[in-house]
Amino acid sequence: MGRYVIRRLLQMVPVFIGSTFLIFFMVYALGDPVAALFGDKAPDPATAARIRQELYLDEPLWKQYGHYMGQILSGNFGTAFNGQKVTELMADAFPVTLRLTLVAILFEIVFGITLGVLSGLRRGRSADTTVLLLTLIVVSIPTFVSGYVLQYLFGVKWGIVSPSVSPEAPFDELLLPGMVLALTSLAYVTRLSRTSIAENSRADYVRTAVAKGLPRRRVVTRHLLRNSLIPVVTFIGTDIGALMGGAIVTERIFNIHGVGFQLYQGILRQNSPTVVGFVTILVIVFLMANLLVDLLYAVLDPRIRYA
Amino acid sequence: MPEPEPREPGSLAPDEAVTPAGGGASSLATSDAETLEGGPIPGGTASGKARSLWSDAWHDLRRNPVFLVSALIIVFLVLIALWPGLIASGNPLQCDLAKAQEGSQPGHPFGFDTQGCDVYTRTVYGARASITVGICATTGAALLGSVLGGLAGFFGSWGDALLSRTADIFFGIPIILGGLVFLSVVTGGSLWPVVGFIVLLGWPQISRIARGSVVTARQHDYVQAARALGAGNTRLLLRHIAPNAVAPVIVVATIALGTYIALEATLSFLGVGLKPPTVSWGIDISNASTQIRNAPHMLLWPAGALSITVLAFIMLGDAVRDALDPKLR
Repeated sequence: MGRYVIRRLLQMVPVFIGSTFLIFFMVYALGDPVAALFGDKAPDPATAARIRQELYLDEPLWKQYGHYMGQILSGNFGTAFNGQKVTELMADAFPVTLRLTLVAILFEIVFGITLGVLSGLRRGRSADTTVLLLTLIVVSIPTFVSGYVLQYLFGVKWGIVSPSVSPEAPFDELLLPGMVLALTSLAYVTRLSRTSIAENSRADYVRTAVAKGLPRRRVVTRHLLRNSLIPVVTFIGTDIGALMGGAIVTERIFNIHGVGFQLYQGILRQNSPTVVGFVTILVIVFLMANLLVDLLYAVLDPRIRYA
Repeated sequence: MPEPEPREPGSLAPDEAVTPAGGGASSLATSDAETLEGGPIPGGTASGKARSLWSDAWHDLRRNPVFLVSALIIVFLVLIALWPGLIASGNPLQCDLAKAQEGSQPGHPFGFDTQGCDVYTRTVYGARASITVGICATTGAALLGSVLGGLAGFFGSWGDALLSRTADIFFGIPIILGGLVFLSVVTGGSLWPVVGFIVLLGWPQISRIARGSVVTARQHDYVQAARALGAGNTRLLLRHIAPNAVAPVIVVATIALGTYIALEATLSFLGVGLKPPTVSWGIDISNASTQIRNAPHMLLWPAGALSITVLAFIMLGDAVRDALDPKLR
């Protein structure tokens, strides 16, 4: 187990370097951070050159990247162009997005798995067909459409929840945004657990459990669910990273000041340290989530052993 | 096209249809079926010859209402993407501010947007951008992904390892985030940067599928037999492996087409994808979103069109998968 973890961590290194370098390349090489600093005005050449030198922008790209990563590893994420430390921005933004992601994951687990299990047990009947059709429709509606429509219906027309989220972003205000964020994944979770349940309900061990006279409830919860939920757990785990990065649209619609909001602002204003810093953290979160999921496998399924 | 053959009872219900191998004759039997049979059998007129995967799939698809409906919608969308004038006589860029945000009127069934443009005309013309981006990006990503993934899966060794790690790098970047960063520096607002970006981040997904299915196909006996008979790598890949490995790629690509259309609209909505004067559903939805309290019709029509388009492609992919992979039923 320990050796497996170490091997996986080592394998992550090139992926981490590649992903961050790609973003670094796009932000620093394709864009012009110094010109962005001056907005619409043309920068004074001497000042521009001085800033370039201060930010190591006059050196070759791989050196810039090496310097940047060196700083990040020592905990210095640099300063955004408005003078705020990037770490301060992160301390404000990440808790908010984390709460939002948590709400979304809860929606996926509670509604996704319940619907999937119910329709998987009723395979081929009308309830199953309805759920399948609904998931297809939900997957097809882009987040920014469902976000605005639900915000309009719940927040404005019926006034059940407040249409935008206050800067503190408490859990109850994040219910609707969390649902919007979760919708697409929720549909996937439903489909995945349905397929898994339907497949496993024909397995020998289920037949055995039924044959030895166990009540249906026990067969489903102890035998069927435990074996069927392994792929679902995988999906939800890898989804954590995707949700945190994908919250850009949701956070924009509901005016949530989280990671997506900061990234969107950073990208539009070409605020390079903010963008690269946030993306670096997101990539780490994504890779760690993947590793945790793989390790969770062994816990859920004792047949899997990591040497 | 294969004639409708006698099948097992209940085969008319497409969801429950079991696929019996050797159901009957087929004029569509392709080389892979012949290879499986151990050589071409001329004119299999009666039962006894296995239908190929493709004719079998087509047989199922023709009876699947989901496939028929989605195919019909897609044909319609492609037609109006090519010739929007067929059903919309107006000009999407000709607007009358005096009519801003007005509702439905005779001759203007969807009403007007904030600029006083006819929402119906703009919704119809918006199909072109979405369909073009979807088809071009999918073609690019599918070609690049299946060629790279196929070669990596066939030859293995360091090229395979390199490709898998490269794909991992692209998977590590959340797609909307990558799109925002990439497209905010590669400006222009035309279709091609958007298509290029989607191909750039889309190919790893396809290459994984292609690699996996080539690795499976490579181990089959008929490939070993062909190799023993002296077939070269090119012939093995093109004649024996590709026809048997392409099905999963087609399924994933069809579903991806729908998601790419949604992605283009999302990027345009965020202000980095397509830009005016290109008519795009994403731009129109973005403009309408601030006015949703006063004039929800401005948002609902393009949003509905977008959702139905994405739905059609995803349903098509779903139906094709069911037909090509009978095990999943």
